[in-house]
Parts: sequence; C-alpha cells; structure tokens
Amino acid sequence: MANQESSYAADGVVVPEKSIDRPRAKRNLKGWKPVLLGSIFPIILILVWELLSKMGVFPPYQLPAPSVIFLTIVELAKDGSLWGHIGVTTYRVFAGFVLGTGVAIVLGSLVGFFKNAEQLFDPMIQAFRSIPSLAWVPLFILWMGIGEPSKIAMIAVGVFFPVYLNIVSGILGVDRKIIEVGKMYGLNTFQLITRIILPASMPSFLVGLRSGLGLGWMFVVAAELMGASQGLGFLLVYGQNMAQPETIIASIVLFAIIGKLSDWILKAIETKSLHWQDRLVKS
Amino acid sequence: MSLELHNVGRTFKGKTAVQNISFSAKPGEIIGLLGTSGCGKSTILRAISGLDTDYDGDISINGNTSKEIHDTTGFIFQEPRLLPWLDVLENVTFGLKGKKQEKEVLAKEYIESVGLQGNEHLYPRELSGGMAQRVAIARALVTSPEILLLDEPFSALDAFTKMQLQDLLLDVWKTYQSTIVLVTHDIDEALYLCDRVIILRGQPGEIDRDILIEEKRPRARGSEKMAALKTEILESLDLNKPSSITS
Ligand SMILES: Nc1ncnc2c1ncn2[C@@H]1O[C@H](COP(=O)(O)OP(=O)(O)OP(=O)(O)O)[C@@H](O)[C@H]1O
Ligand SMILES: [Mg+2]
Repeated sequence: MANQESSYAADGVVVPEKSIDRPRAKRNLKGWKPVLLGSIFPIILILVWELLSKMGVFPPYQLPAPSVIFLTIVELAKDGSLWGHIGVTTYRVFAGFVLGTGVAIVLGSLVGFFKNAEQLFDPMIQAFRSIPSLAWVPLFILWMGIGEPSKIAMIAVGVFFPVYLNIVSGILGVDRKIIEVGKMYGLNTFQLITRIILPASMPSFLVGLRSGLGLGWMFVVAAELMGASQGLGFLLVYGQNMAQPETIIASIVLFAIIGKLSDWILKAIETKSLHWQDRLVKS
Repeated sequence: MSLELHNVGRTFKGKTAVQNISFSAKPGEIIGLLGTSGCGKSTILRAISGLDTDYDGDISINGNTSKEIHDTTGFIFQEPRLLPWLDVLENVTFGLKGKKQEKEVLAKEYIESVGLQGNEHLYPRELSGGMAQRVAIARALVTSPEILLLDEPFSALDAFTKMQLQDLLLDVWKTYQSTIVLVTHDIDEALYLCDRVIILRGQPGEIDRDILIEEKRPRARGSEKMAALKTEILESLDLNKPSSITS
C-alpha cells in the first residue's frame, strides 16, 4: 500500500519503481502457470491425433486431421462467413440469456422474498421444470415460426431454470444471524433486501448465471439444428449434409472456444465481485 | 432508558428454556447476567432486543411494552456476525446514518479505540476471531445506543485487550449513560463493570440471586471486597449445591 502511494509523484505522474514491478512480474508468471498446466494434455492429444491421421490410421472422410480442421476455420474466416456464423450464434445466446435471466430474477426474487409468491408460483415452476426443455421446441415453432423469436425463447427457457433455482435458494439460504444484525439497526424490509439479502445471495446468483449460460450454449445448438440459415449450429447441419466432417468438427471447436470465453468473462466478474468470499484455496 | 422485565419466560417447542424472569434496570444502570451454559442468558437478551417476540410476560422499555425492535438498542452478539462482503470500516459504519465522511470519521475513532487502526480495509475472512469480535464491538458502540445488550462480548479476547475494552465500554457508558445488560461467564468482569449481578440457575433457568455491587467507579480490579463477592457468586453458581436443582 505504502509502496504504491510512494510511486505517485506529487503532480500525479506515475513514477515506475522497481520494487513494485518485481512482485507484479512474479504474479503474472503465477497467473500463466495454470494455463500452461491445463494445455499439456490438449497439446499432446492434438499432436498424437495429427500423427495418427498422417499415418492413415483415421480415414479422412470420418476424422480429418487437426491441421485440416484448422485450415477449414481459416478458410471460413477468409471468405468472411465465419464472423457471421459466430455473430449470429452469440447474439442468440446473449438475447436468450438476458431474457431468461431477467425473468428468473423477477420471479426468483418474488418467490424468495414473499411467502405468498412462493405458494403462488413455485409449484407451477417446479412442475414446468420437470418437462425436458427441448420438448417445447415444436410448440414454440408452431407459435412463433422458425425464425429468431422461437430460437431465443427456447434458449431463454434453458437459461431460466438454473438462474431461477439458484436465486431462490440463495435468498432462502441467507444466514438468519446476519439478517438479525440488519434488523437490530432498524433496517426496513427494502433496506434489508438491498443491503443484506442481495449481497449475501450474490454467490449463489453467479453460480446460477454460469450454469444458465452453459445451458444457453447447449440450447442454441438445438435451436439452430432445427432450422437456421446461419450460425454455428447451421454449420453443423451443413457439414453433415455435405459430408464434410472437418466443417462439423470446426464448428464444434468454435462452440468450445466461444463457450469457454463467455464463461471466462462471467468467472472474471464472479472473482471480482466475490473477492470477499472465504474459499478453499488448493495448494 | 429504563428497562423492566416482568415474569418473562420462553418455551421452545414445549421445552422451557427460562421462566419467571423479572428485574428492572434504571436508566444508566449496568446489569450483569451470570449463569452456567445453557441456562437461557442469550434467550433473555434476544427477548429484550425484540428479535425474539415469542416470549411470555412483558418487557417494557421506557414504559413501552410493545414487542418490537427499538433502533436505540444495540446488540453485541455472542458471535461477531460481521457482513463478509464489507471491510472493517464498512462494517463499523453499517448502522450509522448520515454523510459518508462523517460516518467514517466516527467509525475510525472507534476502530482505533478497539485497537484495530490500520486494519480498516481488511475483510472479515482476513481477521482473527478476537479481531472480528472487536470490530463487532466497535460497530455496536459507534451508534451510542441507549440500551446496550452484550452477549459475552469479551470472551474471545486476551486478558489485556479485555481490560482495555472493558474500560472503553465504561467510557461509552459514562458519556451516553446507556443502560447495559451484560451476559458474561467472567465473574471478575461482572464485578468490575456491573451495578448489579443477576445469577441464573437451573434448567429451565430462573433467577437465583440478585447481588448489588455498591462500590464506586473506577473500581480496583481484585480488591478484597471483590474477592469476598466472588466467593459468594461462585458458591451460588455451584451446581452441586442442592438448593435449586430441578432434575
Ligand atoms: N432457537 C432455539 N430453538 C430451540 N431451543 C433453543 C433455541 N435457542 C435456545 N434454545 C435452548 O434454550 C436454552 C438456553 O439457551 P441460551 O442460548 O439462552 O443459553 P445461554 O445461557 O446463552 O448459554 P451459553 O452460556 O452457552 O451461551 C438451551 O437449552 C437451548 O437449547
Ligand atoms: Mg449464550
């Protein structure tokens, strides 16, 4: 703390100082270690796969080599269609995610806070939950056609349940003891909610968001498989129809990458907003 | 503020924890509650605080018997109960109203008097048990409550810090003339701080004795007179004494 302050000169110009740079460099190295460790296996796997493909162990019309898949992605990027596919799919997931999360926040908070709302909504929501969400597909298509609305609605349904369930359990799980602290300070119901219950149920809410996002990516595949003219899911169908396994695998890889990327963003938000949490640190 | 309990009892699912508790505290009086573990001391404090409303009998605060939480009442719980997402400073300002800056100046004063200066920006998970308890003490004292309920506030602290904080409590008391109910297991602490010590006994807990301590403040710790009182209290806490065993 004192170090950092001393590195600011009086006129606000940051004066670099060796003593701060060193620990930061060390931390950076530390930050890369998990990435390095995590990439050991994938790299070995890809190398072996490439080798076996080159030796003709895998027939190329069934399992093309990693290099071929990579070239397919590069090819798609070159003719520009890649960005369209990624953009459309990401947009669908994002829209469905926002919609599903929004409804989940409203219903989840009502059910969590008010006993009447719980008795009113929760049994019905629980009943709907037992329906496999993909079973809604035909109905949504019937109602909204094959266009964007039915796809986004489907993704929203997928996102809704994990977010909703986690919000409710987060709110119900807030420690009575800290609620009592708020009551002792004369907080009214609204203040209790904003100053104690919401921050306390934040961890659970973020867990819900992350699993909701995961389901969103799952449902976008289903939505795009059932009929789309663009998107990574469309690329899957297209690859199947054209008997191009490299297109299918390229699309799977892209799904993995942007799915992971979006989860990583949420995880970063989580780490930042939950830095106060006392969690197990593995050695 | 005056405080009066009349025949207060509390039953949890058919099991009576305390019964027939009646005592009153004049404004500015410090009352000690002493008793063996499980005899219902925390239960009584919760009833006084208004957090628990399912008790029998009446509790009147300044003549008002409604079962509600008075925001002039401060409560130091048996556990620190800090809000984990707030740092030390934010925890201490939690119950204060007004401008942020004024709140922080006041809070820092109290953080210093509990010996935690320089730790304002630590989070509860980074505190030791005793530090957390001291933050809780600062958080309750900073609002200068008119009635202060303390549930073994100093039991997690070392002997020296304990003495310092007992004196801090007396300072706050002197300035604001708070009425204080203090639950403690430490007889010396009760003798040092309290005007009266009420001793609870048995299962369900009942008032066994009400001992007046007339000695003027500041009191000497461990004077002869105190030693005599201490023996008396120890004797009445003795569970082997046949008088009020109920089993
Ligand atoms: N919420 C509750 N539900 C059921 N029983 C309870 C509850 N709270 C307290 N009790 C019971 O009431 C009795 C008194 O409890 P209390 O916490 O008041 O004891 P205490 O005197 O504060 O003990 P200690 O000195 O160990 O803190 C105990 O037998 C306990 O089991
Ligand atoms: Mg207790």
